[in-house]
Amino acid sequence: MRIQRIFVENDNRKTPDDVVITNELDEIITKYKGKKGNIIPLLQGTQAIFGYLPRAAFEKISKETGLELSDMYGVATFYTQFRLNPVGKNIIKVCHGTACHVQNANAVSEALAEELGIKDGETTADGLFTLESVACLGCCSLAPVMMVNNDTFGKLNNKSALKVIRDIARKEKQ
Amino acid sequence: MEKIKVTVGLGSCGIAAGAGKTYQKLTELQQQAEYSFDLAKTSCIGMCFNEPLVEVSAKNGSWLYGGVDEKRIVEIMKHHEAHEAPLTEYVVYSEKLDTPGKTYFDGQVKIALRNCGYIDPESIDEAEAHHAYQAMKKIVDEKLSADQVIQKVLDSGLRGRGGAGFPTGKKWQFAKSYSGDEKYVICNADEGDPGAFMDRSLLEGDPHSVLEGMIICAYSVGATGGVIYCRAEYPLAIVRLNIAIAQARQKGYLGKNIFGIEGFNFDIYVKEGAGAFVCGEETALIASIEGKRGMPNKRPPFPAEAGLWAKPTNINNVETWANIPWIILNGPEKYAAYGTEKSKGTKVFALTGKIKNGGLVEVPMGITVNEIIYKLGGGIIDDKKFKAVQLGGPSGGCIPAHLGETLIDYDSVQATGAIMGSGGMVVMDETTCMVDIARFFLDFTVKESCGKCTFCRIGTKRMLEILERICDGNGQDGDIEKLEELGRQIIENSLCGLGQTAPNPVLSTIRYFRNEYEAHIYDKKCPAKVCKKLITYMVDEEKCTGCTICAVKCPTKAISGEKKKVHFVHQDLCIKCGSCFTNCNFGAISLV
Repeated sequence: MRIQRIFVENDNRKTPDDVVITNELDEIITKYKGKKGNIIPLLQGTQAIFGYLPRAAFEKISKETGLELSDMYGVATFYTQFRLNPVGKNIIKVCHGTACHVQNANAVSEALAEELGIKDGETTADGLFTLESVACLGCCSLAPVMMVNNDTFGKLNNKSALKVIRDIARKEKQ
Repeated sequence: MEKIKVTVGLGSCGIAAGAGKTYQKLTELQQQAEYSFDLAKTSCIGMCFNEPLVEVSAKNGSWLYGGVDEKRIVEIMKHHEAHEAPLTEYVVYSEKLDTPGKTYFDGQVKIALRNCGYIDPESIDEAEAHHAYQAMKKIVDEKLSADQVIQKVLDSGLRGRGGAGFPTGKKWQFAKSYSGDEKYVICNADEGDPGAFMDRSLLEGDPHSVLEGMIICAYSVGATGGVIYCRAEYPLAIVRLNIAIAQARQKGYLGKNIFGIEGFNFDIYVKEGAGAFVCGEETALIASIEGKRGMPNKRPPFPAEAGLWAKPTNINNVETWANIPWIILNGPEKYAAYGTEKSKGTKVFALTGKIKNGGLVEVPMGITVNEIIYKLGGGIIDDKKFKAVQLGGPSGGCIPAHLGETLIDYDSVQATGAIMGSGGMVVMDETTCMVDIARFFLDFTVKESCGKCTFCRIGTKRMLEILERICDGNGQDGDIEKLEELGRQIIENSLCGLGQTAPNPVLSTIRYFRNEYEAHIYDKKCPAKVCKKLITYMVDEEKCTGCTICAVKCPTKAISGEKKKVHFVHQDLCIKCGSCFTNCNFGAISLV
């Protein structure tokens, strides 16, 4: 079921419950307060600020808009877009659509998991990478495909995929 | 001298293949004195296997170049400047040349995709030069009534292109028959089926055709508001839709008293999805727009009676909307001239998998599977043996090679146990394991099931467990029968389309490839050599160079051998992880 996706066995990073809630959140709350069907845009806006949905943001939104915490949590856990844990600086999305699957996307995921020492959905201890598998990026003719942040890389295999992230890691360390 | 026009295809897959860099290079070339040309952008023309694509038009013809990276574009431009002639080596399509791309394009009939790859999707003027909004103007000029418009849609025989194939005109009639102070028109752009990307291409390439389709429907059913529910994974489509909507508002095509019709108030906004396959189901989609968990509801009442905010609502898919203006403008007879008796017009397919010419094709209904694969698709990669084609994704099934003469229309496809679906067509060859594919789709539906119905929530999970144990070599006698029984129960007892179709990929592969299931269960063999636990890894003595990489990478030290001498796999230690196979640089690990 859908809820399984957000619980990660081994999250190396602790969830900071004391995130400083900025004024940016006020803007979003003012914009959507009292509008019908506002839970998803509120959560999307929050995630755009923090990269995930901090507990403190849930509480603030609930207090100021009157939305029930349980309703918001229900929506947040239903959709794959929402994260309850902080993510790494670079998000790797390995496509596991049908076309990528038949072109051996598993080899790409396995190689990345081994290299980074994390499982699907987890973040590296240094906070540099988060590894995710996604259903379909819609670049099927370039299968297998992965996206790192906003860049798409196509026609991958286990070796070329590693090269991509090693290049990024090297640049980050400089 | 007339200037050369250079057009770069900047759809999502073009950009992924590096078209952005090619475009950047062209802007640099434009600054240099020796070049003189106009530069333009367009979207995906559907020839994805040749991305990045660049079209060069001069007074003596136009040529489409494929695989154009930063280096190649300089070569091409130099050649054009120097010789005023094409660099034929890289041309993939031209009316004047006999290129391999010719059969790819000539077999197609572009109606929904009529403007994709031909116009700049961010320019309403260019879209209007290619007949955008002409259909709505025709309705105004000829003073067609709402019923007359619906009759035209009915006459065209257009059926819902999202997959279910319900007649579009009938849907409109229902929506019109219910009255309400507010009424909604929704575009379903939550293209969740993995392996399908035609809606994305359409929205990126010709957003105005979708807007116009929705406006025509709003006029016919009396709607007051429009929503495009687009998945968040398509950022470029969302950007271009918002540009198109703003342009249409400026021209008076959206807003108040649009097209000069007193009292015709209609506006559209884009609602970003948040990632849930089940939201492709119309009642779940409505719940999601309302900001709730996207769980389906019981029908009736159908959305036509009580949909978004409990008001009458009409939902159609992106491709359906894009067909509407063409039908109104060119007449329903012309549309109905294509296709078979019960499936009229054309259908767009996303052709992917083990196919040479993967991309987007729009073909008349009634074409055969073989024609698509061999004529348009150019056959199987590396000329391997064609095994099956998967249609309809996680809700569909496969058509095996021996049924390659099956006509592509709603009813013939359904008779094979597959479904037309939204148009994902994944080609599989002899190296694809059908049990593994069934497991793959079940894994998808298990994750995506919303959890409302017991049979879908628990039944699919149990089916997945059985499939996993078959793939791991622990299959038992009776497993196939259990899968069939569970599948039947899930189909009968689920509320929405997701559950009712979830077992299809399993049932359809059992129907045509039962022998593969049996090989997994009884012989503990995977004929396609995909299921790792059923493979024996061996070193090919002739190819092994003794580089030691496999021995180094092996996690259980199951490989031994001296440097520069042939290595050996100790089967009793091997855990079949496949690391030797993926790491060998000489192809010296053979799978038995």
